[in-house]
Amino acid sequence: MSFLDDFLIRAALAGLGVALAAAPLGCFVVWRRMAYFGDATAHASILGVALALALDVPVFGGVLVVALAMAVVVSGLTGRGYAMDTLLGVLAHSSLAFGLVAVSFVPGVRIDLMAYLFGDILAVSRMDLLVIWGGALLVILLLRWRWNGLLTATLNPDLAYAAGIDPRREQLVLTLALALVVAVAIKVVGVLLIAAMLIIPAATARPFAATPERMAVAAMAAGTVSVLGGLQLSFSADAPAGPSIVCLAAVLFTLSSGLRLLTRR
Amino acid sequence: MSLVTIQGAAFRHSGSPVLSGVDFSIDAGEIVTVVGPNGSGKSTLLRGIIGALKPCEGSVTRAGGLRIGYVPQKLHIDPTLPLSVRRFLSLPRRVSDGAAEKALERAGAGKLSGRQMAGLSGGQFQRVLLARALLNDPQLLILDEATQGLDQPGSAAFYRQIEEVRRTIGCAVLMVSHELHVVMAASDRVICLNGHICCEGAPEHVASAPEYRALFGSGTQGALALYRHEHNHSHGEGCGHEHDPSHEAAE
Repeated sequence: MSFLDDFLIRAALAGLGVALAAAPLGCFVVWRRMAYFGDATAHASILGVALALALDVPVFGGVLVVALAMAVVVSGLTGRGYAMDTLLGVLAHSSLAFGLVAVSFVPGVRIDLMAYLFGDILAVSRMDLLVIWGGALLVILLLRWRWNGLLTATLNPDLAYAAGIDPRREQLVLTLALALVVAVAIKVVGVLLIAAMLIIPAATARPFAATPERMAVAAMAAGTVSVLGGLQLSFSADAPAGPSIVCLAAVLFTLSSGLRLLTRR
Repeated sequence: MSLVTIQGAAFRHSGSPVLSGVDFSIDAGEIVTVVGPNGSGKSTLLRGIIGALKPCEGSVTRAGGLRIGYVPQKLHIDPTLPLSVRRFLSLPRRVSDGAAEKALERAGAGKLSGRQMAGLSGGQFQRVLLARALLNDPQLLILDEATQGLDQPGSAAFYRQIEEVRRTIGCAVLMVSHELHVVMAASDRVICLNGHICCEGAPEHVASAPEYRALFGSGTQGALALYRHEHNHSHGEGCGHEHDPSHEAAE
């Protein structure tokens, strides 16, 4: 017997892991205006689910590989003729569609598609928990290690070059972190709502921060409250857990925006 | 020993040639101003020097361990990114409070430390950028049209600040500018650029050079001047650009 036997405890820990990794990464997604980029990577991951099931490898691995491939393709195609939002719109939705079709061809047990689209946080196993926290810690360490370089490259690529930092390498770090977050978050909120966990806490934190670091920490706090409160909400109202978490995050964002409007006057 | 040496370099920007046949060097303590019409490759040259752009021909050599302070043309800070002046100065390397204060003081931006970058005026913003460029005690200070968006008194004050900075720390200064009458007198050397180096030399020499007059007219006061590039001078072999005998652009 241990406290991990309780599915609610496991769910809370899984959500916490995702929230803590997604929050600082989400700040970069917001600062660099990469919201759609996050969406595209997340949507593509359903293709990873299909591939993993077809090849009988762990879903985490399949998702990681496909998310990474997607992110690299998008980075590579940037600035080659199409406007970024057009390109991402094409890639995000077509990869989601291909993924959904591919999943339907996977032989054997019928899979619960809803679990991958909207997450299945209440069914998180101990093994899942290990994977989620492993991935989340990796993301947090990666961002911490590269933090100043990432910030400089985000401000201005030439400023980075002049300081001996290669902005393309920093972009790659973000791409890798994004793929990792998508891979660990799919079980918690599902492919359709991953981008919400990236963007909403970061946007909520903005009015309360004077430095990038404080914004990241505040985003972590907002993410944590959303996860714990959302689970509570889902448990007491018998609502789906992943969407409940995102709903609470959206409410927090609304409150924070309202507060900013009030204090500005 | 030159700080930066460029030999026979050509640069491309998204496929199309911008600069060709560039030979350039800058020595310690020199002030060099680059002038030229829009699209003449001024920023490209600077980006080549800081290493943001690789030459497709020729070479760019920086002295070993060269410390460059770079003030970009403009810096857009996304409103979603909270950034105080103090925090900005510690990017990418953390600096002590003392060093930050000293750099701000030198750049004429004392007391701005606690302000948000997004809340600064144009002049204050440029001074903070200058302060950041001074932090690593640069041997070469590079300014890319640093006074863009400042009014005449504002930019004159900014240039005075740069001269004072150079007197204090003795760095070489390489800048790109439109405001020729403000800049030229203080320069050791002026380079007139238009896809290649049209002419270069001491300010008086360049100001009287036919190539320069052809590019900027004879009475440029920083106001709207009609740019009429009459190509009646010879560039020798392989300069790799063709000119319409007379093209015009409002400058």
